[in-house]
Amino acid sequence: MPILGRILEQPLVSRPGPLNVARGSAAYLATITIMAVVLLILSMPLPATAQTEDISRGGTLKVILQPEPPTLILGLNQQAPTQLVAGKMYEGLLRYDFDLNPMPSLARKWEISEDGMTYTFHLEEGVTWHDGEPFTSKDIVFTTTKFLPETHPRARAIFSNVETVTAPDDQTVVFKLKKPFPAFILTFEVSSVPIMPAHIYENTDYLNNDMNNQPIGTGPFKFESWERGSNIHLVRNENYWQEGKPYLDDIYFLSIPDAASRALALETGQVDVSSFNNIEPFDVPRLSALPHLEVETKGYEFVAPMMWIEINHREAPSDDPRFRQAISYALDREFIRDNIFFGLGRVATGPVNSVTTHYESDVRKYDYDPDKAIALLDEMGLEPDSDGVRASVEFMVMPYGETFTRLAEYSRQALSKVGIDLSLRSTDSAGWAQALSNWDYEMTNDFVYQYGHPALGVSRTYVCDNIRKGVLFSNTMGYCNKEVDKLFAQAAVENDAEKRQALYSKAQQILVDDVPVIWLLEMEFPTIYNTRVHNLTTTAIGTTETFADVWVEQQGQ
Amino acid sequence: MVKVAVFLGHRLVKIALIMLAIVIINFSLIRMAPGDPAIVMAGEAGASDEQYVEQLRERFGLNDPLPQQLASYVLQVAQGDLGYSYRQRRPVADIVLERLPATLLLTGIAFIFALAMGVLLGSLAAMKAGRWADTVITTFSLLSYATPIFWVGLMLILLFSVQLGWLPAFGYASIGGGFQGLKHVADVAAHLVLPVLTLGLFYMAVYARLTRSSVLEVYDMDFVKTARAKGISESRVMYFHVLRNASLPVLTFAGIQAGHLIGGSILVETVFAWPGIGRLAFDALLQRDYQVLLGVFIITSLMVLTFNIITDLLYSVIDPRIEVA
Repeated sequence: MPILGRILEQPLVSRPGPLNVARGSAAYLATITIMAVVLLILSMPLPATAQTEDISRGGTLKVILQPEPPTLILGLNQQAPTQLVAGKMYEGLLRYDFDLNPMPSLARKWEISEDGMTYTFHLEEGVTWHDGEPFTSKDIVFTTTKFLPETHPRARAIFSNVETVTAPDDQTVVFKLKKPFPAFILTFEVSSVPIMPAHIYENTDYLNNDMNNQPIGTGPFKFESWERGSNIHLVRNENYWQEGKPYLDDIYFLSIPDAASRALALETGQVDVSSFNNIEPFDVPRLSALPHLEVETKGYEFVAPMMWIEINHREAPSDDPRFRQAISYALDREFIRDNIFFGLGRVATGPVNSVTTHYESDVRKYDYDPDKAIALLDEMGLEPDSDGVRASVEFMVMPYGETFTRLAEYSRQALSKVGIDLSLRSTDSAGWAQALSNWDYEMTNDFVYQYGHPALGVSRTYVCDNIRKGVLFSNTMGYCNKEVDKLFAQAAVENDAEKRQALYSKAQQILVDDVPVIWLLEMEFPTIYNTRVHNLTTTAIGTTETFADVWVEQQGQ
Repeated sequence: MVKVAVFLGHRLVKIALIMLAIVIINFSLIRMAPGDPAIVMAGEAGASDEQYVEQLRERFGLNDPLPQQLASYVLQVAQGDLGYSYRQRRPVADIVLERLPATLLLTGIAFIFALAMGVLLGSLAAMKAGRWADTVITTFSLLSYATPIFWVGLMLILLFSVQLGWLPAFGYASIGGGFQGLKHVADVAAHLVLPVLTLGLFYMAVYARLTRSSVLEVYDMDFVKTARAKGISESRVMYFHVLRNASLPVLTFAGIQAGHLIGGSILVETVFAWPGIGRLAFDALLQRDYQVLLGVFIITSLMVLTFNIITDLLYSVIDPRIEVA
């Protein structure tokens, strides 16, 4: 209010002494009038842009859905689009904040025993399924002992650590573990352990159950309709257990197969939200410059994707760590981050993402240094031939968007400078998955989710007993270091936090020296949303959260 | 009439044999692509183990020997059952027939638009051959033909949706609009304008060029000179004498195109997020959903073959000198 300030700076009377009202009365009167008017204006209600405004109820949210999921039953399928939709209909026992600390969800409080072998969860009361049936501890027991171990590979691995699951009463569940497993508290996120309704699935063929076309969960939104190829429609759950929530009336998930069309849809305001890699990095700067769109990278701390070059150790010279170290020195990660991913990512330093628990930063650094790379290759005895080529490797381009094609091309250029010739091989996602899982590759890009804890998403890539042909997200490189295996195994059952960190730190240091894969970036996905949307990202799973807290400014505000 | 019946009878036998060949060839081709639906779903899940992949393979019936899978599929199709998609957990017939009307609507209207406009412009160009109208039309046709369809589509969206805001950018109808009756028809019509324009411009160019050259050829014939000598006006000469004779090449091409349009609108369907079977086939290919892909191939093959028969029958209607054989 500069006018007010200037008025106040000037003395109310023109000279010191007793108040000479008559002399300066006109100016004095004018000043008082102006102040009165200003105060009147200030006392009027502010326009609706202040932080502390009231939440607006109702309205519709439109979210991009790409690709269309095969099913919405979260217990049967956990790909990202399924999570995006099903995360509004199903819930897990816990939620996690941006630092991966557990928060209540269907479990309102919990206790972990001293020895870390008994976990007791106390459930929320008054929770019902979408069909009106009451939610009880029986559903948890059924989900964790029968349903998920049958259908969900990640949950199967998690619950192989569990001895028994019992329900002393309708509101309490007790997990007894076979041995300590400190990561257990991080596994109750909705896509890792979605709670399924026992009264619908018990004693049925889960994959062929009639109700698979009508998802029933406990979440704030209910399934309304699915027009294949077009959209999925969810509506507000009137009987949601959190009082007064959700705020939205409907959510539509729109299927838009073309990348340019998705960007246009955000521009024209026909959709409100995009997530994961719906929009590729090169489109993000243009969209973030628009006044009605915001971009944020929070909300992916739980998945924490780590992107690397996966390299098959079964072929020389890839079996020699010096070769892999040389490649690591020859790639400029900052260039990749800034020019291929347009700033969407953090330079990776090792196997654990910096937002995942137990991250260790004190490891050997592979700064961009082509001379060191050449020195290592010389040491290996790989002399350049008449064309300057020291080694030829085939690189399978990851079919996950234009960005990875550019990354492959950059890698080819960068490595040719140190004498490694890459021949690029293109394929589609089925062909890529087939080749990778059957070890029919030499080098490729990959990115893998970490799920908050090295025991849940990191160790699987590096341990010897996860070398399994035909299985994706396993140790496809064929790397085997017994010491690393021992460290991971010990850390997974170590209850003492300091000892556990020491073990994981040692494992990370050894891995960074061995370079089983060449870590490039901690990927950041852009969540792009219209400014009319509020409270979109509130937990570590971002847009795959229930959206109970999301509200939108309606037309006319 | 008997001739037509005999003709149809012969054709139907040929159709059965062709369909058999199509099924066998497509089945083998699809299986040659690396990967299978189980590995695709495992990749999408973000986590995997042997049990998961094995379960899927068992469900999808992928563990039987290939000839056995082929034989059982052929028998199944012969009985009219297009199979079951394990990925989507629905019968293939439902999946395909659900998406077919959207494609038929789009391609049907685009076809009529392209044919009508193409013949109109082509005859106009022929009538004004050598003059500026002819040059304009010919150049425009060349541009429409040479420019990639998806680029045209995106440019139209940029102009009409983003800049001018006149038309919706994508989709079949306004999501959540809840329109009924006439309002719904108007809504779908608004969504149809840009895709029809995009798809139609390309084919219109072809018809225009074809009509133009065909009409020019007929113009030089004696019976046209006779008609003019009789005193008939130029437009009557065109519509009642020239066009019918000039239309045979156009009809041939239109018959082939009609078949293409059924399965070939995938670029337009992708750009405009149109829920048709072109996109269904593309997605099924990427997901290795064999049953759905084969189902789409069978339906589109049948439609192409049907259009071929209709074209052949139409020949004899337009030109009685041609007999169905």
